[in-house]
Amino acid sequence: MADDIVRGRDAGESEEALAPVGTPPVIAPGHTFSTVTDKISAIVLTRKTPLGWYVGFGIAFMLAALLFISLANLVVQGIGIWGNNVPVGWAFDITNLVWWIGIGHAGTLISAILLLLKQTWRTSINRFAEAMTLFAVACAGIFPLFHTGRPWLAYWLFPYPNTMGVWPQFRSPLMWDVFAISTYATVSFLFWFIGLIPDFATLRDRSQHRAGRIIYGALAMGWRGSAHHWHRYETAYLLLAGLATPLVVSVHTVISFDFSIGIVPGWHTAIFPPYFVAGAIYSGFAMVLTLAIPIRAVYGLEDFITMRHLQNMAKVMLVTGLIVAYGYGTEAFIAWYSADKYEMFVPVNRATGPYWWTYWMLILCNVIAPQVLWLKKARTNVILLFVLSLVVNVGMWLERFVIIVTSLHRDFLPSSWGMYAPTFWDWSTFIGTIGLFLSLLFLFLRFLPMISIFEMRTILPEAKIDEDVVEDLGGA
Amino acid sequence: MSSKIWEVRKVAGHAPLYGLIAEFEDPTSLVAAAHQAHSDGYRCLDAYSPFPIEELHDALGMHHTRLPLIVLIGGVVGGLGGYALQYWASAIAYPVNIGGKPLHSWPAFIPITFECTILVAALSAVFGMLALNGLPQPYHPVFNVARFALASRNRFFLCIESRDPKFDLEGTRRFLETLSPREVTTVAD
Repeated sequence: MADDIVRGRDAGESEEALAPVGTPPVIAPGHTFSTVTDKISAIVLTRKTPLGWYVGFGIAFMLAALLFISLANLVVQGIGIWGNNVPVGWAFDITNLVWWIGIGHAGTLISAILLLLKQTWRTSINRFAEAMTLFAVACAGIFPLFHTGRPWLAYWLFPYPNTMGVWPQFRSPLMWDVFAISTYATVSFLFWFIGLIPDFATLRDRSQHRAGRIIYGALAMGWRGSAHHWHRYETAYLLLAGLATPLVVSVHTVISFDFSIGIVPGWHTAIFPPYFVAGAIYSGFAMVLTLAIPIRAVYGLEDFITMRHLQNMAKVMLVTGLIVAYGYGTEAFIAWYSADKYEMFVPVNRATGPYWWTYWMLILCNVIAPQVLWLKKARTNVILLFVLSLVVNVGMWLERFVIIVTSLHRDFLPSSWGMYAPTFWDWSTFIGTIGLFLSLLFLFLRFLPMISIFEMRTILPEAKIDEDVVEDLGGA
Repeated sequence: MSSKIWEVRKVAGHAPLYGLIAEFEDPTSLVAAAHQAHSDGYRCLDAYSPFPIEELHDALGMHHTRLPLIVLIGGVVGGLGGYALQYWASAIAYPVNIGGKPLHSWPAFIPITFECTILVAALSAVFGMLALNGLPQPYHPVFNVARFALASRNRFFLCIESRDPKFDLEGTRRFLETLSPREVTTVAD
């Protein structure tokens, strides 16, 4: 019996038994292997695509088209179409990069860290959170790539023997970025794809159409659910989770090095790595809520994405929001404690300088607004959670804007001070990536199982092996 | 294809036979059946389920997988390779003197070394798992059983393969029937 408690699928149940009365379950009662399988696979295979999907995808795809136009214009004219210029060399582009990467982090956190911590409630949200990670990383990658100005030469960033006889500068944080983000994108994809294999097999076996059987069959690679295969599969999945956990922490740490390795006042601080990682998780959970709340309503998935999930995510947001708030405090304190006049000027300039309103908006969105989550009433109010998740998304975007732009626009010498204002193309590229992200997400919802079917089976009560019966039958 | 298989098939006197498969309705019956078959002396057998069942590991007398070792080797190779690449590029192939700073500036090489460790270890985990499982494998005899499509939904299967030394079409069928399965079917090869 001691073993039972250690095992993932039973941990949820024992936790359930111990949970105080009134805690909603991770999966609504009454479901079986077949109902779970049918309900999730039907969204992809048989259910009529809701009208809202076409409308949503249409709008998202139009915004994505705006991205393609903006990028084409950038390639033709150069990055002068953006508003960033000396002294503000980084602006919307890097703000958006950090924002998107941060959003991606919640997906890895849910799929890897919560798996290692045996939090069974992650099961119904991990698949689409992982998809969110992948698409967010794809959007993030666009910004540094096009900010190089000559994206067709971006492969120079990779170390390969070339006729020029030069090698990349490995001491630069920008090179670390290249390795961190490309590794993160690769590992996130592998983790997501490996998780999908058994579900591809389910779709292959349940598809009514030849095309579906061929495509899902090819993706399933001949998966047949053999016990030997499952054993290695689970080992691989756990090892990947173990590898993804330090990776996700390293990625935002490396992103924060882009700033903290530099000497610009407001950037050169040791709090950045942990504070960036906490901010990433904060914004990522906000984005998962932003997506999960409408999805569960539209597809009627309240049985699988229960109030328990929403509440837990709200709690994670509250905690990471407090860590971020602590980060803001530390930044200001260390600036004062350093007794360096340039560092001391930064918080004053942020709060009272020309960009004062972005700073106070950020405090309002990231520090003050989420405090309502202390109340259980707020955590169980779906509409409020949705609004709050949008507020936190905005706040976290502003945080990166404040860090980047207000630090750069007034550094050491007043003679080199300047202002930054976004242009139409700054906005269109940013909004365009939101379109790309949502387009990819809509396609994912339509063509792939948005909830991991096989993992949902493992948390059902009927998945429990009755040891007594096994013994009675002369087994053990 | 050992000669043993052909011998068994000749004895069976049927079309090429992969084995006998029994279908169960719940995971507990499958685990009990796997236990029984294994303790009865069957060794070439496999269980199929719509989700991972840890108890089958013992029931089928499965061995530990070599996957963790493969991943460890991948991680070590990735880490050493990543560091060596940076050292070689920065100190040997393309030494750039910046303010007299050392060419072998190891602290600056740590982030990329770390990322390379994770990358190669993760690739080893995925491709190692697929390789050890023999995937992709588009054809497998168990797919010849029509009801096997339910193995990815809500049914549980135990297959005793004809290459098992103890396999005997009638005897094994009788044995499987005693495990109270829903149905026992032959699996064509």
